[in-house]
Amino acid sequence: MAQPKNPEKHCTYIPPESEKKSSKPMYDTPMLDQLVDGPWPSFVSGLKRLAMNNNMMVDLMGQLEHSYNTRLGYWKGGTVSIFGYGGGIIPRFTELMGDDGEPMFPEAREFHTVRVMPPAGMHYSTDLIRKFSSTWQKYGSGMIAFHGQSGDIMFIGTDTDNIQGFFDEVNEYGFDLGGAGPAVRTSMSCVGAARCEHSCTNEQKVQRLLVNNFLDDMHRPALPYKFKFKVSGCSNDCVNSIQRADMAIIGTWRDDMKVDQGEVKAFIKSKSRKYVIDNIISRCPTNALSLNDDDTLSVDNRNCVRCMHCINVMTKALSPGDDRGVTVLMGGKRTLKIGDTMGTVIVPFMKLESDEDYDALKEIAENTIDFWAENALEHERCGEMIDRIGLVNFLEGIEIDVDPNMINHPRISSYVRMDTWDEEVDKWNQRKAAV
Amino acid sequence: MTEKAKPRTPIESGVPDGMQYMHPVYLKNFGNWKYHDRPRPGVLHHVAKSGDEVWTVRVGTHRQLGPYEIDLLCDIVDKYADGFVRFTIRSNMEVSVTDESKVAPLIQAFNDAGYPVGGTGNSITMISHTQGWLHCDIPATDAAGVVKSLMDELHDEFISEQMPNRVHITTSCCQINCGGQGDIAINIQHTKPPKINHDLVANACERPSVVARCPVAAIRPAIVNGKPSLEIDEKKCICCGACFPPCPPMQINDPEHSKLAVWVGGKNSNARSKPMFHKLVAAGIPNNPPRWIEAKDVVMQILHAYKKDARDWERMGDWVERIGWPRFFELTELPFTKFHVDTWRGARHTLNASTHIRF
Ligand code: SF4
Ligand code: SF4
Ligand code: SF4
Ligand code: SF4
Repeated sequence: MAQPKNPEKHCTYIPPESEKKSSKPMYDTPMLDQLVDGPWPSFVSGLKRLAMNNNMMVDLMGQLEHSYNTRLGYWKGGTVSIFGYGGGIIPRFTELMGDDGEPMFPEAREFHTVRVMPPAGMHYSTDLIRKFSSTWQKYGSGMIAFHGQSGDIMFIGTDTDNIQGFFDEVNEYGFDLGGAGPAVRTSMSCVGAARCEHSCTNEQKVQRLLVNNFLDDMHRPALPYKFKFKVSGCSNDCVNSIQRADMAIIGTWRDDMKVDQGEVKAFIKSKSRKYVIDNIISRCPTNALSLNDDDTLSVDNRNCVRCMHCINVMTKALSPGDDRGVTVLMGGKRTLKIGDTMGTVIVPFMKLESDEDYDALKEIAENTIDFWAENALEHERCGEMIDRIGLVNFLEGIEIDVDPNMINHPRISSYVRMDTWDEEVDKWNQRKAAV
Repeated sequence: MTEKAKPRTPIESGVPDGMQYMHPVYLKNFGNWKYHDRPRPGVLHHVAKSGDEVWTVRVGTHRQLGPYEIDLLCDIVDKYADGFVRFTIRSNMEVSVTDESKVAPLIQAFNDAGYPVGGTGNSITMISHTQGWLHCDIPATDAAGVVKSLMDELHDEFISEQMPNRVHITTSCCQINCGGQGDIAINIQHTKPPKINHDLVANACERPSVVARCPVAAIRPAIVNGKPSLEIDEKKCICCGACFPPCPPMQINDPEHSKLAVWVGGKNSNARSKPMFHKLVAAGIPNNPPRWIEAKDVVMQILHAYKKDARDWERMGDWVERIGWPRFFELTELPFTKFHVDTWRGARHTLNASTHIRF
């Protein structure tokens, strides 16, 4: 790598010994040292700079180096909380004891993380980031992760005595703890309306509406297991909501997509017809696109599934329609315990414009969490419960009608009792008549 | 001191409003953007319906930031940009300017400080990483070290846009898989049942909930050395490690037998194909700090084949669906074994019930 122009303003910089503020000598860390070099900024250089500041990080590096040698972790959980809350802190106590039964790295014997919810959309002013940094230097190690996989700002490394002081200070300037344990968890929304032309909803508003409605379930964990909301403005799903959220809210539209035929022609001219056919027309999952002889584009909007592909490729020529709203899916989660599940459609489309619309979304979330809290087994995610009891029982529990958009195809097994068929047909006809 | 005696009641303020920390041009054009393009790798150019334009520079970070790098980066943002930052879910910083002439000096300033600009469009963006030995209570490997080793190797792909489509890589240090689905996912895969520390079970674990946690009902209560403990039916055990978080004496982590597995083709977006789960392609890879060379080699093998063979806009999973799995194993030269054939519930649906075979 080229020599930095100004070594003191570079991610590889390590201050001279004379500026060392921590009183403990640094450990030899030959394993970690091998992660200093290379073109990507090194977290090890970061750890070293922190260890120059405080003894907790000196010992943290000692323990981490030990892990690199033994290939084992040495943290155990425990109970640490702030006054009034039951969650939001991830307590860590070292398990790495010397022969005398005392911690081998005593200054890092406690190394808790505080989860704090970032501003919706993860927008910051530099003033705010600096403020977090100076508060955390006062109460903790100085190390902040932007962000954890759930979307929290993670203030990593402090002891029990400093938790309350830190929380009080950030809470005074407008920040609250995130979720941990069997609770509603911290949520994420995509950049969306703030800077993305694909956005079909106000992602931040949805995120804040839902999470802030369940703060009691976030701060006092008493649910069967975790519950996550995630919000994406379109089906590109930049926050991975279908696979990572118990309730995913994704922007979409129901009228025709907008086509600027002049821009279509300009795009063809800049790329070629072949490029457009190979990369757009033939990639539409439902064959809804057709290129006309005069280089205009026809869209079969009734069969477009709003996958976003053509719009992603021709950002100037194509855009979502005006009649916008959201699709709600439920039940996404990773492996434990029944295997991976994706969220499935629960509400194919709902408008999100008036206060009543937003209230309706809130009510769906409330009904879902209530039903799940009542019916789930211990440590059972919403998607696992749906799998166990069947989609129809879940829908009846949250008072939502069945809809063919919820399935890939109707049942293939004839082993089912259907003696209330006529009643169900009546319901369908009544719903149809009501529309 | 008396003040310390009465605890302060928290203000349950919840998620803060993002609007108050947002770049003014985002605020002004909220919900009214027209289109975007990418003038160069690492830069997004958005145009609003009002005619306003904004250039956003995307910067790779090492996620865990201390005061030095926070000041270093914020000084750059204050001096060369407008004082606002947004983070992507993959720990990249996005810094916006409304004046095009500021873009090049801003990029230069980040590069001069050692931070790469890239991660946009069809690049390999920052790996989504978990906690690892630094902070989690159950990891079998580190997270930051694996990410650093791989990103060193992938640096050139981060700062350019040369892949068929975007590549999202994830890492996870246990089978809970906080890293999530990825075009390529590198995850711990244990290969031996937990060793039980019977002396500790009675004190540390709520036995019925540990029994309930096992996905294959391999755990049962037992009395060992006269004390209540647990025993595992090792023939049934799938070595998933699910019993370890509720009961740390179920020691699943092993320096030798906790291996890495590589999974391919996960996709979260709905573009073209529906979202997909990633699928197992390689396992038995040693968990080898500090640079995990063997895992890196497998990842590079897959990336080379994808880069060479996939068409524009094909994500890893789209590509494999087009060319088929036999060709994937042929092109990547990875061995196909009996372990690639699924055995979990629903496994039948993963079999080829047709004569569709490529020659
Ligand atoms: S999910 Fe859609 S609206 Fe949101 S940032 Fe991604 S592309 Fe834009
Ligand atoms: S958005 Fe997707 S489904 Fe709709 S026309 Fe475009 S490519 Fe086809
Ligand atoms: S993947 Fe597992 S070990 Fe790693 S941070 Fe998540 S829970 Fe902890
Ligand atoms: S490792 Fe998994 S399968 Fe084995 S006993 Fe524990 S929970 Fe059961």
